[in-house]
Amino acid sequence: MTVQHLPLIILGSGPAGYTAAVYAARANLKPTMITGLEVGGQLMTTTEVDNWPGDVHGLMGPDLMARLQQHAERFETKMVYDHIHAVDFSSKPFKLTGDQGEYSCDALIIATGASAKYLGLDSETAFRGKGVSACATCDGFFYKGQDVIVIGGGNTAVEEALYLANIANHVTIVHRRDKFKGEKILHDKLFKRRDEGKVTIVWDSTLDEVLGDASGVTGARIRNVKDGSTQDIAAKGVFIAIGHQPNTSIFEGQLEMHDGYIKVQSGSQGNATATSVPGVFAAGDVMDHVYRQAVTSAGTGCQAALDAERYLDKLNA
Amino acid sequence: MSEHISAVTDATFEQDVLKSDLPVLVDFWAEWCGPCRMIAPILEQVAQENAGKLKVVKLNVDENPGTPPKFGIRGIPTLILFKNGQAAATQVGAVHKAQLAAFVTPHVNAA
Repeated sequence: MTVQHLPLIILGSGPAGYTAAVYAARANLKPTMITGLEVGGQLMTTTEVDNWPGDVHGLMGPDLMARLQQHAERFETKMVYDHIHAVDFSSKPFKLTGDQGEYSCDALIIATGASAKYLGLDSETAFRGKGVSACATCDGFFYKGQDVIVIGGGNTAVEEALYLANIANHVTIVHRRDKFKGEKILHDKLFKRRDEGKVTIVWDSTLDEVLGDASGVTGARIRNVKDGSTQDIAAKGVFIAIGHQPNTSIFEGQLEMHDGYIKVQSGSQGNATATSVPGVFAAGDVMDHVYRQAVTSAGTGCQAALDAERYLDKLNA
Repeated sequence: MSEHISAVTDATFEQDVLKSDLPVLVDFWAEWCGPCRMIAPILEQVAQENAGKLKVVKLNVDENPGTPPKFGIRGIPTLILFKNGQAAATQVGAVHKAQLAAFVTPHVNAA
């Protein structure tokens, strides 16, 4: 296998990766983007994006990502549809091994983001694709006029419940706390659907087990975390929306991390996206467990490109 | 659709898939499914690499509501590999190239 050497590689194709590509390309750094498996990232499974500044009337997640990709390509970012499964930062140039080839680079921007998390229950795994889903926009279609359950209480869970309320007969949302996290405007929308009888909210409860038979999911056993009591809720679909985990496993032992997130220098003195290895930068959800917005990811993607530009300038001086 | 991947419908499913002499990999997909778009380039490669040994087709679940329930499909993308009219293997959700190759290879080479 031949090794392709490239000056700058961007790993990941979410808002952070595409923004880094636009800025790096305009600085003539000739960036190559390796998209990873989930091309477009988390927004590909998001319906309405109503908080992307400038898009006054909101837009669909996949449409936003298509536009960001076109923007990156307009400035001649090279797109490679590969999935990197091993990296070596111990010497320079950095080495990356993908399913389809090997790559080396002088500077690297990691924007591999985060992926939807499952609870890890056996019954959840057994019924995945047979009624258990982590993507309402993908699979909601199959639940027209049926009853479904959403597990979780963050923005993703509330958005999924609202989306499913337009398709399904009834939505039950199960949250382990007694109030939701995230944007208040979404909560108000959900409470309105509850008052209409379309949505039921079960507080202080977690998913104990997915129930089903040969036909797929038939319901879920829910446990109240305060008194330990359980109840079975009948449903054809169980949507898991309990959050995301950063895609950092291939960097373990090579970069400093904090709770699975890549540690960056941060601060206001420049080089904010620098990791523990000079020449390796990180942007977006892979290094941010607090803000996690499309627009903050785009912001750190821009910073990473500018930081990489300064690094490469010094290297080639 | 593409050089190596053709579209099947509810009307052509029996002829094109169930009665096919070659093993057939069916991608159940829809326009609005992000992960379906993600695996499209990988499917294309697998189709190309196995040309003559494996047929790769796509069924749009939006336009063809009859077929998915027959195979208990409740999520997409779902990939089902049919051999001699029977579903021999099923893969739900997006996969990367190596996973897809591992899914397909045993059924193609044993033929």
